[in-house]
Amino acid sequence: MSRIVKRFGATVALNGVNLNVEKGEVHALVGENGSGKSTLMRILSGAIQPDEGTMMLDGQPYQPHSPMQGRHMGVAMIYQELSLCPDLSVTENVLLGMEMTSGGFIRESEQRKKVSAALEELGYPDLDLDAPVRNYTIAIRQIIEIARAVALGSKVVVLDEPTSSLTQGDVEKLFVAIEKLKASGRAIIYISHFLDEIERIADRLTVLRDGEFISSFPAHETDANGIVSLMVGRTIEDAYPRSKRSPGEPILELGALSGKTKPEGVTFQLRRGEVLGVAGLNGSGRTEMLRVVFGLDAVKSGSVKIGKFDGRAKPHDRWDQGLGLVSEDRKEEGLALTMPIADNLTLTRLPAIISAAKQAADAQNWISKMSVKCRGPEQAIGELSGGNQQKVAIARLLYHDVDVLMLDEPTRGIDVGSKEQIYGVIDQLALSGKAVLMVSSYLPELLGVCDRIAVMHKGHLGPARPVAECTQESIMQEASGA
Amino acid sequence: MSNLRRFSSLANVAGLIAAWLLVFGFFSVKKHDTFMTVANLELLARQTTIVALASLGMTMIIVSGGIDLSVGSVVAFVTVAIAATLKAGQGPWVALLAGLIAGVLAGLLNGTLITKLKVGPFIVTLGTLLIIRGVAKDIADEQKIDAPTNWLGDLIATLGPKDHWKIFPIGVWLTLVCAVLVSLLMKKTRFGRHIVAVGSNEAAARLCGIPVSRVRLAVYVLAGLFFGLAGLMQFSRLTVGDPTVAAGLELDVIAAVVIGGASLNGGQGSVLGSLIGAFIMTTIRAGCSQMGYKNYVQEIVTGLIIVGAVTLDKLRSKGPST
Repeated sequence: MSRIVKRFGATVALNGVNLNVEKGEVHALVGENGSGKSTLMRILSGAIQPDEGTMMLDGQPYQPHSPMQGRHMGVAMIYQELSLCPDLSVTENVLLGMEMTSGGFIRESEQRKKVSAALEELGYPDLDLDAPVRNYTIAIRQIIEIARAVALGSKVVVLDEPTSSLTQGDVEKLFVAIEKLKASGRAIIYISHFLDEIERIADRLTVLRDGEFISSFPAHETDANGIVSLMVGRTIEDAYPRSKRSPGEPILELGALSGKTKPEGVTFQLRRGEVLGVAGLNGSGRTEMLRVVFGLDAVKSGSVKIGKFDGRAKPHDRWDQGLGLVSEDRKEEGLALTMPIADNLTLTRLPAIISAAKQAADAQNWISKMSVKCRGPEQAIGELSGGNQQKVAIARLLYHDVDVLMLDEPTRGIDVGSKEQIYGVIDQLALSGKAVLMVSSYLPELLGVCDRIAVMHKGHLGPARPVAECTQESIMQEASGA
Repeated sequence: MSNLRRFSSLANVAGLIAAWLLVFGFFSVKKHDTFMTVANLELLARQTTIVALASLGMTMIIVSGGIDLSVGSVVAFVTVAIAATLKAGQGPWVALLAGLIAGVLAGLLNGTLITKLKVGPFIVTLGTLLIIRGVAKDIADEQKIDAPTNWLGDLIATLGPKDHWKIFPIGVWLTLVCAVLVSLLMKKTRFGRHIVAVGSNEAAARLCGIPVSRVRLAVYVLAGLFFGLAGLMQFSRLTVGDPTVAAGLELDVIAAVVIGGASLNGGQGSVLGSLIGAFIMTTIRAGCSQMGYKNYVQEIVTGLIIVGAVTLDKLRSKGPST
């Protein structure tokens, strides 16, 4: 792709961007949200057409007019949200839209041969081809989707944030599959916010910033810090601000708390002015713990004490008691995407009769404080970028003025700039005497922002250790039960 | 910047009014002597009241992410309740109250089944469509119930010569007042924003401490009140209790709400839009019948308008995204 230009009205989304990906290489495409990565990939897929510039695929001019055409010419996109039909079988999903038929009837044995060949190439020869995709984990579903690209004979495979919902172990398996794709001579474009992954797997990198092509170079020439400074256009001295804080009185105390299935017998004490991190594998019960504490799921036994309140309560009461929760799933649970920013921000404490002017003023106040990029408080929140949505989700807790913030994967899938800002907010909150309970799968961030870290393993929460005693390795060992 | 939402809802309303003008203009040209007259407009307004009142309740339900297929049956049930009360020798006020209670009870039934059994509203109200119609027939002994005449029969009747200062009969005014109230409820109250939130994203609403089930139940009960009022107008038109009346009314009501810009996925909808939607449908119906067109013409046109309106709405909301 060379000198690609794309304008939306007056905004220039891409201004002369180049991307050259070789056969058999993993090429990382990095840049903050809004840097033009998605637009570039939409052009590559054929979903939109560039205003200027040319594209060549395997030495031939490549001008797809639709994603369908792009796919058939050899470019496969694998998005964060997978496009599989959960009720169809593995075989049916892999060959969806390119079923092998004679006279309208499916040629079963040939289909199976083709699908198992594709899965074998990825290192998964043993999947049950007839099982519905519903039965498989996210990680395996992703492999199935990649198998679709293989079965199609794709020359270029684009992976957009493939690891954001995977556990560490699954990430390793994905990397093995990517290596196999590479070995078969395919070109892989890898998009991720996790720079450590990029350091590990990428052969070359292309950096975009504000729609401009910044540079393209072999991956071994720089490290994560170097990449970040290229992305944001400045060097980051300390991505994780952690002021000197002195914890005060206990504000959230769990006593042997158990839910229906998870967590089991969780005990800890969170003090004012403290950030407590919770690490663990996906499915270890971290989110379930937050949900039980918040009253979204039932308590089986044990106690929850928030300040002077003791006992079980519904989410409504938890808000009243000064506890707030940011969901790990912005789209499904965190925000009402079709509603305006103002409504989303103030939803937990609306007065019985709403004054539109006051509501807008309150929302504008937090929009400014959190520097949310938007057209104004009336804009539907679904139109914002992930990072800006997340800022609103967190601002909801600040507007409610809660004492304890429970943040579930607060920086998942958002750009570096927004992440930094959220780290800053967390630090300021702790300084001002609030308490933060933060669940995250991204260990550098836990180690960077927290005072203490506890690890969840199969529903049990280990002891909260001062962060100085923790390393990525020690946490991973505890999380995986090693 | 706070004009954006206002602008998009204004654009929606402007589009609907344009659509209505198109329909109205068409019939006015075709039948210029009688269609574009004050008397005819008044007739249209009177004929819209039943669907319009019901569409107020339906708008709340659809915005909350629900649906109600039992409206027609509820309206029939309400006419039976009113007629039976009158026949038992009670006064018109008592009968009116009985009708509204019948509507509210039906809403309570729907809301309770949906929130307690956790069965989808489509299925629940498909069931109560049959149940409530059946109960109405049982009470009425499968016949019309004749009732003594009184002022309940004049709610949407043509005004007498010395009442012309009222412009519209009381039923039309009642509809307009209710529409304003529901519109304020949806936009300006916590309860209204909670309804939108539940329809827009139920999980997020729950996270924010909104009592989702209670909101749902309240929506169905309140909607039941408006279905009760719609039933009252239906009784006023018939002056008898008829357990077989208003079959299929639910589809007209849903169509009005959808034409008005509501999304069946919940979270979106406009009271004013639904009202104009109902008015458009009445205009088509009246126009076709005054032109002497066959019934099916009106059915085809209404069908086209429904699909067309939703398609336009989709195109409009797509727009340039950021």
